[in-house]
Amino acid sequence: MAIDVHHVSKSFNGFKALDDVSLSVPDGSLTALLGPSGGGKSTLLRVIAGLEEPDSGEVLFSGEAVTTLPAQERGVGFVFQHYAAFKHMTVRDNIAFGLKIRKRSKSEVRERVDELLALVHLGGWADRYPAQLSGGQRQRMALARALAVQPRVLLLDEPFGALDATVRKELRDWLRRLHDEVHVTTIFVTHDQEEALEVAQQVAVINAGSIEQTGTPDDLYERPANPFVRIQPALGDGTPVPVLATRQQADDLELHAGQIVWLRVHHMREFAA
Amino acid sequence: MPGSARRSRLTLRLLALGYLAALLAIPVAMVFYRTFEHGIGPAWDAVTTPPAQHAFWLTVMMVAIAVPLNTIFGIGLGLAIVRGRWRGKTLVSAIVDLPFAVSPVVVGLALILVYGNKGWIGGVFAENGIRIIFSTPGMVLATIFVSLPFVVREVVPVLREIGVEQEEAASTLGASSWQTFWRVTLPAIRWGVAYGVILTTARALGEFGAVAVVSGKIEGQTETMTLFVEQRFQAFDLTGAYAASVVLALFALAVIGTMTLLDRRKET
Repeated sequence: MAIDVHHVSKSFNGFKALDDVSLSVPDGSLTALLGPSGGGKSTLLRVIAGLEEPDSGEVLFSGEAVTTLPAQERGVGFVFQHYAAFKHMTVRDNIAFGLKIRKRSKSEVRERVDELLALVHLGGWADRYPAQLSGGQRQRMALARALAVQPRVLLLDEPFGALDATVRKELRDWLRRLHDEVHVTTIFVTHDQEEALEVAQQVAVINAGSIEQTGTPDDLYERPANPFVRIQPALGDGTPVPVLATRQQADDLELHAGQIVWLRVHHMREFAA
Repeated sequence: MPGSARRSRLTLRLLALGYLAALLAIPVAMVFYRTFEHGIGPAWDAVTTPPAQHAFWLTVMMVAIAVPLNTIFGIGLGLAIVRGRWRGKTLVSAIVDLPFAVSPVVVGLALILVYGNKGWIGGVFAENGIRIIFSTPGMVLATIFVSLPFVVREVVPVLREIGVEQEEAASTLGASSWQTFWRVTLPAIRWGVAYGVILTTARALGEFGAVAVVSGKIEGQTETMTLFVEQRFQAFDLTGAYAASVVLALFALAVIGTMTLLDRRKET
């Protein structure tokens, strides 16, 4: 299902989290919303999910306006950074939640949950409680729970943000493979450029409540509208770093004081040399 | 120095135990002792007289009305305070604590002002032949008033702690707010609610001041267990007073026992 966001604005107590944002997500695509924290990407995701109502603008699912539709009627699957596991329910009951709400028959629920448990490799953990799982397992459970109701769109808010690097990488590859299999329109929020560029087919770069650029990872890399490149392995995480001093680069990058810049690894090397 | 450290630890323990014994254990034990001094017979006779039985059932009724009402109100208000976005939240939250701060006697007098036959609301009821003060409805009101904050105060921090994510997850999975409440929110706060209910019960059982003021203390009509104990004591019927106290104490012990059991379950 294609998703269109038209001129959406949203403020919290006078702070403009989203300022006239428009975005098109093609049917069946895997899109990343990339940007620094506080930039508005999570707010945009929550507006699409119906968890936040925009002050102005429209959200369209397959060309149909859903702006005023509450989250429960949008048919979205949402995955939270901190899992939002139902702590008093077993893994099986967590995954079955949406199906039970939809009053599916017991045998159907059982069958579907078993299928999903296998899909997320939690077969042996069905009767455990979330507190007995590792972070990665909890997030896989949350994914299965979101997928159980066959959502029209899967929305993930920093899904791997709370996990350690190895698990994050593993789940990231797994999400990519899952998307190749299931083909549900997927949007995920991340502040990790490597994650966005490796996993997504389309990346929207969001900063200070506006979309700076939308394109394929290659577009972004080859033709950055605004030099959003990044400083990662050198610094160890994907946090954007403001440029404090102006420095003219020989070929294609001009930096200004106060600007936020993301550097690709080989740019780093050039700087270092 | 390990020796002196142990000695000071022992002294501390003895002090704490001595404090508890002098103020709590010995007096309560004395009540039990005096009750059963002449065997179980006189005590049993004292608590099975018609006024004693009436007082017992009246107390049970107070609890049976005040506890469910304050539970529903407490959960509702807790949700409104933590999840709602409205003006005056802080003020309402402070007002809920009033029964903690105001002396029960003052509560009783205030209720008479409003619900007495000459009060604003009581006057209207009196014209229709319904008596609130010096009658059961007034006592129920007083009990509700003094035991009002417990569920709210237990539920609010638990609601804050669980946050909104589980509820948001439920709504994205298609649950209505009613379904979300029953399936997600209430199970998540159940220990807080249970604790609040137990404290409310204990308070409702033991209330004396507010109920005494609004009841008129009519024997066999508006006398709860606590009022009955006082009335027996004033009438120099010490056996009756002690025996009724023991009934109240047993109630309280049952409440504390339940609370301890809940505490243990919560940890597992």
